[in-house]
Amino acid sequence: MEAKEVIRFSELDPNFRFEIAREPGGEGIFKCYACGTCTASCPVRYVNDKFNPRKIIHMVLLGMREEVLMSDFVWLCATCYSCQERCPQGVRITDIMRAIQNIAAREGKLIELYKKEVELLSKLGRLYEIDDFDARKREKAGLPQLKSVNEELKIIFDETGLSKIAKISSIEGE
Amino acid sequence: MRNALFLGCTTPSKGRAYEISARNVLKALGVEYEDVLDFACCGFPIKPASFDASMISALRNIAISEQSGFTSIISLCSGCTVQMVESQKEYEHNPTFREKAQRVLEKLGKKYYGNTKVKHFLRYLYEDVGPEKIKENIKRPLAGIRVAAHYGCHYIKPSDVYGFDSVEDPKTLDILVALLGAEPVHHRNYLHCCGGFLIGIDPHSTYAIAKEKLDWVSSAGLDCIVLSCPFCANTYDDNQRLIEQEFEEEYKIPVLYYSQLLGLAFGFSPKEVGMNLNKVKPQQLLNKLGIPE
Repeated sequence: MEAKEVIRFSELDPNFRFEIAREPGGEGIFKCYACGTCTASCPVRYVNDKFNPRKIIHMVLLGMREEVLMSDFVWLCATCYSCQERCPQGVRITDIMRAIQNIAAREGKLIELYKKEVELLSKLGRLYEIDDFDARKREKAGLPQLKSVNEELKIIFDETGLSKIAKISSIEGE
Repeated sequence: MRNALFLGCTTPSKGRAYEISARNVLKALGVEYEDVLDFACCGFPIKPASFDASMISALRNIAISEQSGFTSIISLCSGCTVQMVESQKEYEHNPTFREKAQRVLEKLGKKYYGNTKVKHFLRYLYEDVGPEKIKENIKRPLAGIRVAAHYGCHYIKPSDVYGFDSVEDPKTLDILVALLGAEPVHHRNYLHCCGGFLIGIDPHSTYAIAKEKLDWVSSAGLDCIVLSCPFCANTYDDNQRLIEQEFEEEYKIPVLYYSQLLGLAFGFSPKEVGMNLNKVKPQQLLNKLGIPE
């Protein structure tokens, strides 16, 4: 994402931080004093400078809602929890990354990978199909057979609105 | 206490070596467990899409196991484990989530009671079987090999959810490795994440993160990486060739599940612990241990 030279107050959404604070794990975001321990601990940041947890938290606090939700970088958290474990202020940074992703998903920005995973899990109940080939391999290794299809997750996804989120954003495209 | 074995998605498809060896060592230790046919995904992979959907997917598995009379779940994957424990915590502490979860589970004809202890396979070995019992079963000590004990992230984190071992100075995997006569070695930054979660989003980041680890293990001259998560194994073992190609390096570092190493120490043949399924062939390691193929 291109960084803006000037951040205009009129384009900021001061409610964004409250929106994040209402998500599970998001309530501590106001305690961030921007020390950067999160970024210093982040294995992704170490190899990819697109991802910077301190910067993302700061953007949320400033109210840069659009920039954050439309970005590619919010999907780059590896969920290692290093930042969250080390944050001296107890900010649940990994949970906040997930909260941002969830809001982006609800606004139609869910990335293709997760749409596919939702689709697979709705159909199979598992991420990888155990086809005839796998079933034979399992049998040969003396492993018990597994149920190949389980459609109950679909009901969970329907009831929590996830099916709609994954489908709506797939109709609109990226 | 009846144990249900939770396989997750990755282990039974990509990590059969883990499943084969884990089942064999549990049997050797006299740990009884049962498979539950209706278990599905733990929900962890879709957490970025919807927290509620992912957490209720996790609770669904626990509810099923409770309704079948189990009070303990032994889970092979670190990701599945913390996911299920987090769903229990969320249910307990978040009334809004609890109501939602109850309503959805009811639609499925299920009810969550909350009397289940969910533990990772290694935590179960450490806390419930115990080092002494493991030691008694060793028939072939694995002396002479130096091992990179890879904890991975969800084996210990988030600590306030899972509460096992120490985040900055964990010991349990080192203890479990040392029990077998092998030498656990802390290479530089040995608690590094494998980066596997990003493999479908930004594989170059995953490879670059994993490369760091492979470099450190290699320069420390260690004989293998030992781990206990199918995601980490997929990164370091299944993708090691790709990482080598991308960075023009050659590592050939064998990656073993702890259950494979444990099985070898219990006297199982390499095949009985699924070593024929390892992508990086552990020939040299077996030679060093004097174990015939």
